[in-house]
Amino acid sequence: MAGLDSLFGIHAEALRVQQQRMNTLASNIANADTPGYKARDIDFTKVLERAVSDASAVDAAPVAGDMPPGGDDTGVAAATVYRVPVQPSVDGNTVDVQVEQAAFADSAMHYQASLSFIDNRLRSLMTAITGS
Amino acid sequence: MSSFRIFDIAGSALSAQSVRLNTVASNMANADAVSGDPNKVYRERLPVFQAAPVAGSADSAAVKVLGVVESSAPPDKRYEPGNPLADGQGYVYAPNINSVEQMVNMISASRAYQGSVEVMNTAKSLALQTLNIGK
Repeated sequence: MAGLDSLFGIHAEALRVQQQRMNTLASNIANADTPGYKARDIDFTKVLERAVSDASAVDAAPVAGDMPPGGDDTGVAAATVYRVPVQPSVDGNTVDVQVEQAAFADSAMHYQASLSFIDNRLRSLMTAITGS
Repeated sequence: MSSFRIFDIAGSALSAQSVRLNTVASNMANADAVSGDPNKVYRERLPVFQAAPVAGSADSAAVKVLGVVESSAPPDKRYEPGNPLADGQGYVYAPNINSVEQMVNMISASRAYQGSVEVMNTAKSLALQTLNIGK
């Protein structure tokens, strides 16, 4: 898959991270009324820094650079942080639904952006292959 | 597949909030269900929510209803000697349900439900776009 990875660039990885971020934000929204629940978020900058620092290692060993089993966590888990509450509540819940919904919309938009980059890349590839 | 975990999470929120709406409806419906025995009178029902970890993902959590508990608030004692349910002293007992509290609970539950539906719709449209990639 190393060839395809270089074709789609960072966007394939970005899709995966945004998807996990949306999972986390959906958990926050789902637990908006759960006492003691602490809101979490994925720090995209940290994931990106990690991905950049890992990139050279991936190039050296393309087989090991494939998607980890289950498409999961490794870099993302380390970048998961607790949100600092704007208005802490008595029951220990730190979810602010408005903040979470805004973050979710942001994440969805970034997902869509990466998706269109991949889509356009695929289209131009199809044009190159079919010549029409 | 990991993209469908978001449906599990939002789905668990929908089911938890609908349990909450059901308990509110039950409380409102029984607000005036009096009884002659303070131990047999209807008690306010309250759902207890808990975050439930999702398999295979450390940083997301669904929500589950641990159970529905009954409020320990003492029932209202009313003097209604004409009521056929009244006890020996002419008292009936009404559940101690505050309808304003119930309405607020209902609005909160319905807002949370709407929020999760919105999450599900967004996730669904993104998943469909991903399926149609390159077409």
